[in-house]
Amino acid sequence: MLRRIGVKSLDDLYSDVPVEFIHKGEYDLPEAKSEEEVRAWFKDFASRNTELTVFAGAGAYDHYTPSVIPYITSRSEFLTAYTPYQCEISQGTLRYIFEWQSMICRLTGLDVANASMYDGPTAAAEAMRMCVACTRKRNTVVASSALLPNVLDTLRTYARYSGINLVETWEVQEAVAEGTLDLAGVIVPSIDKYGFIESHLGLAGLVHEMGGLLVEYCDPSALAVVKTPAEWGADIAVGDGQSLGIPLCYGGPYVGFMACRNEWMRKLPGRIVGQTADAEGRRAFVLTLQAREQHIRREKATSNICSNESLMALWCTVYLSLMGPEGMRRLNGICYSNAHYLHDQLLATGKFRDPFEGREFLKEFALQPLCDVRKLQQALLEAGFFGALETEEGYVTFCVTERRTREEIDSLVKVVKEAAL
Amino acid sequence: MKYYDKLIFELSRKGRTAFSLPECNTELPASTLWRATPLNLPEVSEPDVVRHYTNLSQMNFGVDTGFYPLGSCTMKYNPKINEEIVSQFNSLHPLQPEETVKGVKAVYDFMDKALAEITGMKHFTFLPCAGAHGELTGLMLMREYHFSRGDMARTKVIVPDSAHGTNPASAAVCGLDIVVVKSKENGLVDVEDLKPLLGPDIAGIMMTNPNTLGLFERDIKEIAELVHECGGLLYYDGANMNPLLGVVRPGDMGFDIMHLNLHKTFSTPHGGGGPGSGPVGVAEKLVPFLNIPKVSGFHGNFGIILRACAYILALGRENVKMAGPLATLSANYIKESLKDCYRLPIAAVCKHEFVFDGLAEPNGVSTLDVAKRLLDYGFHAPTIYFPLLFHQAIMIEPTETESLETLDAFIEVMRAIAREAAEDPELLHSAPHNTPIGRPDETMAARQPVLKY
Amino acid sequence: MSKVIEGLLYSESHEWVKVEDGVAVIGVSDYAQAEMGDITYVDLPSEGDEVTAGEEFGALESVKASSELYSPVSGEVVAVNEELEAAPERVNEDAYGAWIIKVRMSDESELEALMDATAYSAIAK
Repeated sequence: MLRRIGVKSLDDLYSDVPVEFIHKGEYDLPEAKSEEEVRAWFKDFASRNTELTVFAGAGAYDHYTPSVIPYITSRSEFLTAYTPYQCEISQGTLRYIFEWQSMICRLTGLDVANASMYDGPTAAAEAMRMCVACTRKRNTVVASSALLPNVLDTLRTYARYSGINLVETWEVQEAVAEGTLDLAGVIVPSIDKYGFIESHLGLAGLVHEMGGLLVEYCDPSALAVVKTPAEWGADIAVGDGQSLGIPLCYGGPYVGFMACRNEWMRKLPGRIVGQTADAEGRRAFVLTLQAREQHIRREKATSNICSNESLMALWCTVYLSLMGPEGMRRLNGICYSNAHYLHDQLLATGKFRDPFEGREFLKEFALQPLCDVRKLQQALLEAGFFGALETEEGYVTFCVTERRTREEIDSLVKVVKEAAL
Repeated sequence: MKYYDKLIFELSRKGRTAFSLPECNTELPASTLWRATPLNLPEVSEPDVVRHYTNLSQMNFGVDTGFYPLGSCTMKYNPKINEEIVSQFNSLHPLQPEETVKGVKAVYDFMDKALAEITGMKHFTFLPCAGAHGELTGLMLMREYHFSRGDMARTKVIVPDSAHGTNPASAAVCGLDIVVVKSKENGLVDVEDLKPLLGPDIAGIMMTNPNTLGLFERDIKEIAELVHECGGLLYYDGANMNPLLGVVRPGDMGFDIMHLNLHKTFSTPHGGGGPGSGPVGVAEKLVPFLNIPKVSGFHGNFGIILRACAYILALGRENVKMAGPLATLSANYIKESLKDCYRLPIAAVCKHEFVFDGLAEPNGVSTLDVAKRLLDYGFHAPTIYFPLLFHQAIMIEPTETESLETLDAFIEVMRAIAREAAEDPELLHSAPHNTPIGRPDETMAARQPVLKY
Repeated sequence: MSKVIEGLLYSESHEWVKVEDGVAVIGVSDYAQAEMGDITYVDLPSEGDEVTAGEEFGALESVKASSELYSPVSGEVVAVNEELEAAPERVNEDAYGAWIIKVRMSDESELEALMDATAYSAIAK
């Protein structure tokens, strides 16, 4: 090979690199490990973690993963494939993304969805930017303080550098009705950060009157039973597909989704798969509307996104296919039942107060602790439970999914009852 | 590959189920907060689902199927041991207290040290989920550095004309204006064109080295000095890190901020378009700002970081020094073997990739035709029509994990296609012939978008 | 050779202008549509928007490319060709018939900087 190239050694291939840049000596890395050694290494690291019975949510939910899914997503043809630019040999990827887009539209009630974003919080940030792009000269986006803290953090980060005027408030309708803002958009949660389902009656009409777009941040699993963004009159819906059976895995990879009304289609960021035909009339799928994207529009693109979370979109698509409408309904029913049972049992211990009486919730809720939160969390940890996340305002939240058994819930309640808090 | 034309919705039959949940008689109480529109998801059985997605997968090409000479994508083999070690971390909630995730912290610490050692940077943030996300984060850090010194005037970033589209797009998302610096005839950044662009309004320069033509920017020392002198910072786009793996460290070349693509250089699988991971490393002076940008919800794509960690452990101190050179060897071998039948605009020693500008004797055959014909022979096409500097660009990057037999087979096929271009160009215009579908009507797809079932 | 029509004025960025009563009717030349290939979308401004001579007012998109449209004159957009939303291919079919925007000019002297058909023919080969 060297002869064909016309050089004497591998070093000659780097002769155009200034000599002082060539790294001399060894890299301070461990010696190469065999497979068995790699296995042992990770087993050791995993042993230093504590697996807990999860009673927390806050953006990452412990739903069950159907056994089928990893067998499909680990198929090499899906796992080791590149972005489907050469569509003739990527119909597998393109078709499951088309199915994902379709399912996201059905969950949200909206018209168009993209091929995925990195996660829910970044999808929200992209929606914030999209509002500004769609309303051209306007630059203010109102975000509800009831959004999850990590969503707000990401919105703040993206707004900071792009100069978008991000206004955070608990009183969204009031802020919009004032009429003084050059309103590009409003971002509200479908379910607030404590787990309570929000009503957005009248909001869409008001936002549109003021010239802005309405964005809803949602939990796609809950959308099976909760009023959809389309039903509330929203223009854009975003959220994280993690609740569709993706393992917690300490925070990633998850998957963001983004859907919008037809009229905003051309400003939707990210990849989009469309249906067409080949010369023989065979149904074919391709990446389309690419002129929105960075490789064509460069600095004028709606977004800089390139790689997204394609394989996780496959994960969710398979999940929704397995669950079907009946499975999703039943799953939410079980969550509802479990969460309300825990809620009532915790109140009965006398160590909590319920300032949210009357608010409806599905799987997550907040209570006012009448005990020492630190001690509560510690007692739970020692018993192998992770829950009672403390919010900024001093409440504690619990999340109970369909994975939690009656025994586990009773066990947690027992710990709370018996601990000196 | 067999043409399988069903979508999951078409397999739906009323009443079929595939979920596994206990009975539940809970009726949600009446409320205006519930969904009124029926939820229309497919009703299928488990075998239906498995067969459907298995058949879909058989219309897909992956690295495990065959060779992917995609320039700038580094489609190296994805080791399976990387996959095996992930699931033991699956049940950890991202908000669990530190004392319960000491093993996770140890992985992040190891990766921070290892990547710092490999790149010459001081510390990394692992929040970005992809390369473009890393670019954005890196530019945010660049701005934070200037803000901290009260310098609000630096609103422009310099980008070479050969840059990947994500560079200017990321700059725009970060609120920066682009200033383009031209490349010379030899494909390298024109330092003389750079000089007048430098000033107090420049936040920094984004560079890829080797650049998108696969050429090492040998003036990098001078460029670094000039940019630093005017008060700007240097950003390294790590998409082309592979040939430098084990040979050169961006930190040693004067770069202040950089991102890595774990799904390129560090062998994590591409997944059909993600998930990836784009950790961003910085030099000492930027470390205080590293945790300011919150660009994703939790701690980055930990599952991907785990896979890259396994790769680094398996590669080890001994083998990391071979990765870059073998990638470079493979690229130059293909270049030299095909330069008689494909136009080689820049005849220099390349690094991990190089660019042809179409056929030497096109006979009306375009780069697109060549790419589509390659699919018939069981290869994925190289990157085409990028970089924009050459109108019939074919960018080839073999990586270090391909055998000599594979490289020779690819060379033979490329020669055969060049012959076909001379003898039977129509065959190429109408390619591919051996794939589940032929060339699609992309104009119709864009003019009359059908984006859901 | 692309088609160039007498009586119209042309910009260096391949837009054409027809003046009707203080209003500039603007489109792209035959050369521009041929360069773009099949146009899949026209990104239009809104009625009432202000445009400035030499600055972008919209874009043409094809499958693999996007090309900015630059206004040859300054003024207020008084009409936008909405037919192009559903049928962008009209620009390919009849570049001189498929006008894109109409602008009430704020400074007619800007027309003097544009080329006539003969001068434009020299660059639109």
